[in-house]
Amino acid sequence: MPADSQDIMLKVEGLNTFYGKAQILFDMVLEVKRGEVNVLLGRNGAGKTTTLKSIMGIVAPKSGTITFKGKAINGLPPFKTCALGLGYVPEDRRIFSRLSILENFEVGKQTPREGLEPWTPERLFELFPNLGERRHHAGGTLSGGEQQMLTIARTLMGNPEMIILDEPSEGLAPVIVEQLAQTIQRLKSEGVSMLLAEQNLNFARTVCDRAYIVYLGRTHHESAIDNLSQQAYEKYCAL
Amino acid sequence: MGFYLVQFLTGLSDASALFLVACGLSLIFGVLRIVNLAHGSFYMLGAYIAFSLIAYLPQGAFFFWTGILLAALIVGLVGVILEVFLLRRLYSAPELFILFATFGVVLMVQDLSRWLFGAEDILGQMAPGLEGSIDIMGTLLPQYDIALIVIAPLILVGLWLLLNRTRWGILVRAATEDREMSSALGVNQTWLFTTVFFLGSCLAGLGGAVQLPKGGANLLMDLNMIAAAFVIVVVGGMGSIPGAYLASVIIGQLNSFGVLIFPQSTLFLMFLAMAVVLTIRPHGLFGEIEAEEHAAAQTAGTVLKPASKKVRLLGLILLILIFVLPVFVGQFTLVLMTEIALFALVSMSLYFLMTGGMVTFGHAAFFGGGAYSAALLVHHLQTPMELAIFFAPLAVGLLALIIGWFCVRLSGVYFAILTLAFAQICWSVVFQWAEFTGGDDGLLTIWPSKWASEKIVFYYLTMVLCIGGILLLRFFIFTPFGYTMRACRDSALRVDSIGINLRRHQWLAFAIAGVFAGLAGGVYVFSKGSVFPDEMAIPRSFDFLFMVLLGGVETLFGPVAGSAAYTWLHDKIARFDFWQLAIGCIFIFLVVAFPRGIAGSVHNRFGKFFED
Repeated sequence: MPADSQDIMLKVEGLNTFYGKAQILFDMVLEVKRGEVNVLLGRNGAGKTTTLKSIMGIVAPKSGTITFKGKAINGLPPFKTCALGLGYVPEDRRIFSRLSILENFEVGKQTPREGLEPWTPERLFELFPNLGERRHHAGGTLSGGEQQMLTIARTLMGNPEMIILDEPSEGLAPVIVEQLAQTIQRLKSEGVSMLLAEQNLNFARTVCDRAYIVYLGRTHHESAIDNLSQQAYEKYCAL
Repeated sequence: MGFYLVQFLTGLSDASALFLVACGLSLIFGVLRIVNLAHGSFYMLGAYIAFSLIAYLPQGAFFFWTGILLAALIVGLVGVILEVFLLRRLYSAPELFILFATFGVVLMVQDLSRWLFGAEDILGQMAPGLEGSIDIMGTLLPQYDIALIVIAPLILVGLWLLLNRTRWGILVRAATEDREMSSALGVNQTWLFTTVFFLGSCLAGLGGAVQLPKGGANLLMDLNMIAAAFVIVVVGGMGSIPGAYLASVIIGQLNSFGVLIFPQSTLFLMFLAMAVVLTIRPHGLFGEIEAEEHAAAQTAGTVLKPASKKVRLLGLILLILIFVLPVFVGQFTLVLMTEIALFALVSMSLYFLMTGGMVTFGHAAFFGGGAYSAALLVHHLQTPMELAIFFAPLAVGLLALIIGWFCVRLSGVYFAILTLAFAQICWSVVFQWAEFTGGDDGLLTIWPSKWASEKIVFYYLTMVLCIGGILLLRFFIFTPFGYTMRACRDSALRVDSIGINLRRHQWLAFAIAGVFAGLAGGVYVFSKGSVFPDEMAIPRSFDFLFMVLLGGVETLFGPVAGSAAYTWLHDKIARFDFWQLAIGCIFIFLVVAFPRGIAGSVHNRFGKFFED
């Protein structure tokens, strides 16, 4: 295996996904290297969420290959993808509202992974002090920001090497978005790779390395986020 | 005073078995999102297996309770076999098909039990050490009742600990709330489903086993229990285990005290209790309002189109064939054709409801209701046939308005369960109120008027009424009312938001379907000359559903084709002993192999040919 392909965490090639008879994704292509934080930028309905769900195995893609750590994962059910070390933070948080914070953690718990310091509730409470104070409260009673922290923390309990985050900044107050950016940077410094879907360009600029512009189910433009062409962004993403 | 106290304690002990069965049903529904109709069959199996084990094991209290527990475990394993080999293949199929497959299992377990354990009712063994009675202020209460009273709360606490204090319990609760998310967090749903199904089935088996010393074992246990368990789950709130306990206690008390007030039909009181609860709290006592995810997950239906010229021509040819048929065939075929036509009308009325998203599991209540209305008029008031056939649909229309008023408040599986419970209650009224309805012996000598007594004349009469009815229902489907119904099926929310009163439309559709099914029932009773409670029983409802599914839900011709195929098949198979076993196998096979039905498959292959 060539040296550089080992550094590729996630690679998606020629991905086609359908909902019923309607095609949503057309030959999607993207890549995340180890330790990188990449972002899919695009409008509502561009196919960002479907891309992430296809990678996770929540939606079955019709064709194409998805490779995670050199292993083909297309067609695997989500729980197997997760067990390989790919964590998923969904768009609408989807915390278990009738379970306490600690119980939410328990659902996300996986066996420790080699070479990574395992996440424990105590370590997570250091990262998210608000959650620690309310560890026995039901998920449904938390505020929007706390729920966003909880859904990230819950995914971390699975000790992922890479995390997929679907529009994490959506609907959060600016001060919470700032905290979120810090959290992502902290995780990045610990070597966790990430793939985000975002509409918030400023947020993406503060945390991401590379950007893919998604438009009508295709990858239209790819570049380092600092070199992202304003023209391309305005053409495909701006409202 | 002592008498009432004992009556109360008896009610509590009755609640035990009810609770065990209902909480298993609720648990399975919560996680797997399937309503297991075979759950009542597991309860029955629990009783039979416990009886056999206790008879086989040595005497003594230790072996008695060992037998009970072993029976529960064996039933649990039967559940695992069902889940792994059948249900697992069907999880992505529409809910209706899964329900159907589990009903196939009900039929199979019925016949297998009759074959293995015999048709006679079995008297259960007494629990060693608990044979006696205790004296409560002058009234005797069997000691075993005390044991039963203790068992239910113990199980309730045990389940609570299991669900709240173990990792397995947390995973189960997480899956109840959001299956997809817990899978994305690494939880293997397949394994979780199997364990939940095992536990739920164990509880049903345990319920059957522990009530053995009190109620024994018989072949009617399964359907009686499934109807009661549904009522409890609906009253207590789907998925709530404390709710199931409270509802069991309420129903147990109603049965216990109801006998004193209204001995003809204790099930009728159950209906009243359910009606009251659902009116005040549509999601049950402890139920939570759920997101409408299941309704949205329905498969996109094919658009129904009015008949093309070719289809009309085909229909005309069929009409001519029906008209000239008596010239070529004997009386036997005419009788069979009469039956097919009547069932086709019932299936069509059921199909009509289904186009509005209302899959009822109690359509036999309307068909049987029509048959009984006509028969009762003739029996008690010597009404002539013409008037009886006229009044039968009106009476059923009224019944449908009453039942429908409650049912249209719910949707999807809840709706199906409620209709099933209502139908079982109608059946029980007819079955138990023997002075008025003849009970199990039915009503006999209900013959047509003189002018219609020839088989040929009756054949033409039936054909005119049935074909007229079917065409009228077809016509309704293509009126704006029909479009509204299909819109209600596709999205309740959107229909609401464009100013359509969903419930009122569904209620009206329910009544219309009732009228036509009642008409078929009214004619049916004269074609047979008698009527029995079986015409209202749950298996009858499933016959009609099966006809629609067999024909395929995607074409208007489906119900007619399905009725013809099923009635013919039934006529061939019902001559064998253990025919229910065969029908059950066929149900399961068809659901697994041909999810689109006969007409659906024809439509797929030749649909293009019939287009204009």
